[in-house]
Amino acid sequence: MLTVLLLFVLICGSTGGEIAISHGAKKTGEPKRMRPWELLVFIGRVMSNGWFLLGIPLMAASFFALLILFSWHPLSFVIPISALSYVVGALGAKYILKEEVNAARWAGVILVCAGVAMVAAG
Amino acid sequence: MASEKRLRIKTLIMVLAMVVCAVTGDLLLKRGMSEAGAVQFTGHGLGQALLHMATSGMIWLGILFLLGFMASQMTVMSWADYSYVMPAGAFGYALQTFLAVVVLHETVSAKRWMGVLLICVGVVLVGQTKPRTSEAAESVGKAVASC
Repeated sequence: MLTVLLLFVLICGSTGGEIAISHGAKKTGEPKRMRPWELLVFIGRVMSNGWFLLGIPLMAASFFALLILFSWHPLSFVIPISALSYVVGALGAKYILKEEVNAARWAGVILVCAGVAMVAAG
Repeated sequence: MASEKRLRIKTLIMVLAMVVCAVTGDLLLKRGMSEAGAVQFTGHGLGQALLHMATSGMIWLGILFLLGFMASQMTVMSWADYSYVMPAGAFGYALQTFLAVVVLHETVSAKRWMGVLLICVGVVLVGQTKPRTSEAAESVGKAVASC
C-alpha cells in the first residue's frame, strides 16, 4: 500500500512540479543569449517566480519518494511504472498549459512511455 | 525558416545537456542509496536514511548533476513546449543502453532493444512537431484559476 502511495507521489509530484516550473520559465521569458552569466541571471529570475516556488515542494516530494522506492525495489520495477508520468505530463500540458498536443505528439509520448517501461523491465 | 531551424538546434542542444545530467545523476543516486541498504519506514529508519543522504559524497554528486539537469530543463522550457521536451528527454534511456553495450560490453536483452527502438521512434515522432505551440503564459494562469 505504501509503495502505491509513493508511486502516486512520484508520478504526480514530478509532473505537477515540472508543469509549474515550465509555466514559471515561460512567464520569465527565454534568455537573450546562451552566455553563462545570462543563463545564471535567467535561472535566478525563474527561481524567484511564484510558480517555481510551487513546483519545488512537489518535485522534492517526488524526489524523496524516488529515493525510498529505489531502496525498496529494483530499478526494473520503479522506472517502468514511473514511465506513466509521460502520459500524465502530456495530459497536463494539453489541459493546463494549453499546448497543442497533436496526434503525432500523442503517438510519440505513448511510444516513449512503452519504450521506457520495456527498457527498464528488460 | 531560419529562426525555426535555430529554435530546433538550440532545443536539441539543451535537451542533450538535460539527458547527460539526468543519466549521470540517476546512476549516482542509485549507487548512493544502495550503499545505505533498504530504508526502514520508521522514525529511526528515516533519520538514518537522511543522515546517510547528508553525508554521502555519491548522493551529493548525484544531486549536483540533477541540479544541472534542472537548470537546462528550466532554460529549454522557457521557449519550448513541456510536451515536447519531456518525451525528448527520454532519449536518456536509449543512451544508457548504448553506453552499457559500447563501454561496459554488457549483454542487452531483446526486450530492452525493443524498448530502445520504441523510444527512438517516439522521440523522432515528437521531434517532427513544432517545439513551441503554446500561447502567451497569461492564458495558463486563467486556465489554472478556472480549475
